[in-house]
Amino acid sequence: MKYRLGIDVGGTNTDAVILDDKNAVIAKCKEATTPDVSSGITRAVEQVLSQSKIDPSHIADAMLGTTHATNAIIERKGLSRVGVIRLSGPSGFGIPPFIEWPEDLLDTLNYTYQIVKGGYEYNGALISDTDEDEIRASLLAIKEHGVDALAISCAFSPVNSEQEMLAQKIACELLGDDFPITLSHEIGSIGLIERENAAILNAAIRKLAEQAYGSFQNVLIDHGINADLFITQNDGTLMSIEYAKKYPVLTIASGPTNSLRGAAYLSGILDGIVVDVGGTTTDVGVLSKGFPRESSSAAEMGGVRTNFRMPDLIAIGLGGGSLVSRDTKSVTVGPQSVGYKIHTEALIFSGSTLTTTDIAVAAGIAELGDASKVKDLDQELIKETVGVITSMVEEVIDKMKVSAEDVPVIVVGGGSILIPGKLKGASEVIKPEHFEVANAIGAAIAQVSGSIDGVFDITAKGRDAVIEDVKKSAKTEAVKAGADEATVEVVELEEIPLAYLPSNAIRFRVKAVGDLKR
Amino acid sequence: MQFLTEKDIDYIAIGAAILGSGGGGDPYIGKLMAKQAIKEHGPVKFIKAGDVPDDALIIPSAMMGAPAVMIEKLPNGSEPAASFQSLEAYLGKKAYATISIEAGGINSCIPIYTAACLGIPLVDCDGMGRAFPELPMTTFSVSGVSSTPMVLCDEKGNKILLETIDNAWSETLARTATVAMGLSSMIAIYCLTGKQLKDYAVKGTISQARAIGEKIVESNKSKTNPIQSILDITNGYQLFEGKIIDVQRDLTTGFVRGNVTIEGTDVDKGSTFSLDFQNENLLGMKDGKPAAITPDLITLLDREKGFPITTENIKYGQRVIVLGMPCDPFWRTEAGLKQVGPRYFKYDVDYVPIEELARESGK
Repeated sequence: MKYRLGIDVGGTNTDAVILDDKNAVIAKCKEATTPDVSSGITRAVEQVLSQSKIDPSHIADAMLGTTHATNAIIERKGLSRVGVIRLSGPSGFGIPPFIEWPEDLLDTLNYTYQIVKGGYEYNGALISDTDEDEIRASLLAIKEHGVDALAISCAFSPVNSEQEMLAQKIACELLGDDFPITLSHEIGSIGLIERENAAILNAAIRKLAEQAYGSFQNVLIDHGINADLFITQNDGTLMSIEYAKKYPVLTIASGPTNSLRGAAYLSGILDGIVVDVGGTTTDVGVLSKGFPRESSSAAEMGGVRTNFRMPDLIAIGLGGGSLVSRDTKSVTVGPQSVGYKIHTEALIFSGSTLTTTDIAVAAGIAELGDASKVKDLDQELIKETVGVITSMVEEVIDKMKVSAEDVPVIVVGGGSILIPGKLKGASEVIKPEHFEVANAIGAAIAQVSGSIDGVFDITAKGRDAVIEDVKKSAKTEAVKAGADEATVEVVELEEIPLAYLPSNAIRFRVKAVGDLKR
Repeated sequence: MQFLTEKDIDYIAIGAAILGSGGGGDPYIGKLMAKQAIKEHGPVKFIKAGDVPDDALIIPSAMMGAPAVMIEKLPNGSEPAASFQSLEAYLGKKAYATISIEAGGINSCIPIYTAACLGIPLVDCDGMGRAFPELPMTTFSVSGVSSTPMVLCDEKGNKILLETIDNAWSETLARTATVAMGLSSMIAIYCLTGKQLKDYAVKGTISQARAIGEKIVESNKSKTNPIQSILDITNGYQLFEGKIIDVQRDLTTGFVRGNVTIEGTDVDKGSTFSLDFQNENLLGMKDGKPAAITPDLITLLDREKGFPITTENIKYGQRVIVLGMPCDPFWRTEAGLKQVGPRYFKYDVDYVPIEELARESGK
């Protein structure tokens, strides 16, 4: 029997699960996240290993979801010094790299950049020829300035990556084969500034990610687990740990994605709304064909604009630890919360603070703690609070829904006990088994993807033939990333005509996804 | 004397996206260019149309082409100087100031970039009061001003000077050249005298964009609703509130044409709004009745933050507010409507000012 280990490191908890080869949950746990991350992971791994009693060597795949890299960017901690070389000249001088970056982040990075001849037009034609001597001289100037990592960008590199590869080759000669280099086309899509920004951020966190993922590897090895290792990325699919060490920035939105994907898997529902109730907040997202619906606006990370598409979420201040108070007339729930202290501060745990969890127990929605502590609560208060909680959730569901028809609502997360079994706008309210570790399960069942994003001229081949080509390329990318060819499907095809020009250029974004090869 | 600083550019960019009526391209790149130029050359003198001498030469500047290309192939920085020098040499006269052809979208910021690079003032006005897709769709053109001599310039240093028989030919030839230049170019066009500027330009539009942008930023900071402030500044109407349940795009004509269906929420629960666009939003119908018609402005806003959504970025599932704003009175004349009214865009409706439509629907 082959098993899978899924781990999700969140801000508060580190969750772990072990799944068998039918993806059934055979062990699960929730441990506190530790500042060093790895001791939390160690405890979680030991816990599920001892629960499952399986031979650790039978774990074939291990998946980790972590927002460690995100936090480093936000806190400006442990970042490397980064230099940038951009191939775009003579275009691009009007807007240099690092534009609009926060000052404190620039100081941390000891930034430097060079813009050299190169780059492509939308259709792959050259803006100008590259000059290897110029590239060499620019790289030496960057080296002279003193950097620990390099980011390489190029105009329209998603259409043709050759020039970025050329610069990489020269950089390896000058800086050494082990010098960390990030190529922008590997990371982002159309939009040079945002893609370059993402490449710079990636360069800045590579060292730190290598350490974090390396310690994850060590924890597993120390426990006799000799599995293929994967890290979950923003869109809920997997990267090999070796790839993730090179492109850690691709993990920055993986947290909410894992929980949505886990909810889809646990409930078997591919289109619906997911309500993830934590201790302090509730995130509401939408599942479309089993994947999170993405937000349309550009995502900022630590004050830097990127073009990562994050899951479209609405967060509200409602959680299992939310404070409940009543003034003369109305009941207020949250946004203040006792958070992780719920196990000592809530009434049912002999504390002195009235929380939403106390109300849920008093109302008979949940069974938890010492119910006798809340038996004297005012019935009106209980009724009203349940009403407030219900309408808070119903309101968000209504905002997120795209049609007037009722849709299935899946409730996950540790605070799910608050949510009543019936909600307006919901065709059914599903609280799947193992709801509290949905994000670790989301990591464990994650698939593998490949994507293509570029502007294509359809004059020669015609639109339909070009669409077939890009679909095929996306599928090839997925197989390259480790997907089982037989299961690969195109899950997203976006066709974006270029406004203001009656030409035959169309931008396509295509994503193909398949199961991880067992 | 007023000056535009980097902070003003942030506000103008947001306000310009609202005045873009869904089009004009995301001002983001124009904003970065303008801010970078101000960083290098200092703040831009910002003057009123009334301050311009009658015989002064005013050269509007703009980008032409696909905003989607401009986000990859960024400008070189020498384009404004190159195109102005050619035109000035040809005319034998120095430009006194520059202006925006369209206050909506990316072209709100391009002339600020030009003004900063060249050290000339920007005049607080434009030739549309919004965004439109074609070169002849300006108040200048409708008033009989020639768009040429004009200069197109690319990032490589190629320049084309055009003299045409009419503004429709300028559109055709400049568009063709822009495609060859890699789908984007910088243009210097519609040379005006100070007198023509005062007579034909839509005045105060850049400061209006600035005021709108500032309100939205302030509201987001204080977590208040910016919609009412925007309506006050623009004399506009909140036409609808809802969720996008369908987006159709037709690509056959090259230009983006499409339709959005919005299902009502909150005050508009039970109603449906249909919005037709071709680069810009052109026709809004609530429950089958016109609610706003081009050339009046129609803009979709993100309901959470009040930021505008351009037609390229409209997506299924977005939660939006539809704003309608009256256009400049110039466009409501017979000549104006012939150029930018609903029939020009092949919609089978007659233009009715938004104020009248609002009165009829009891708003």
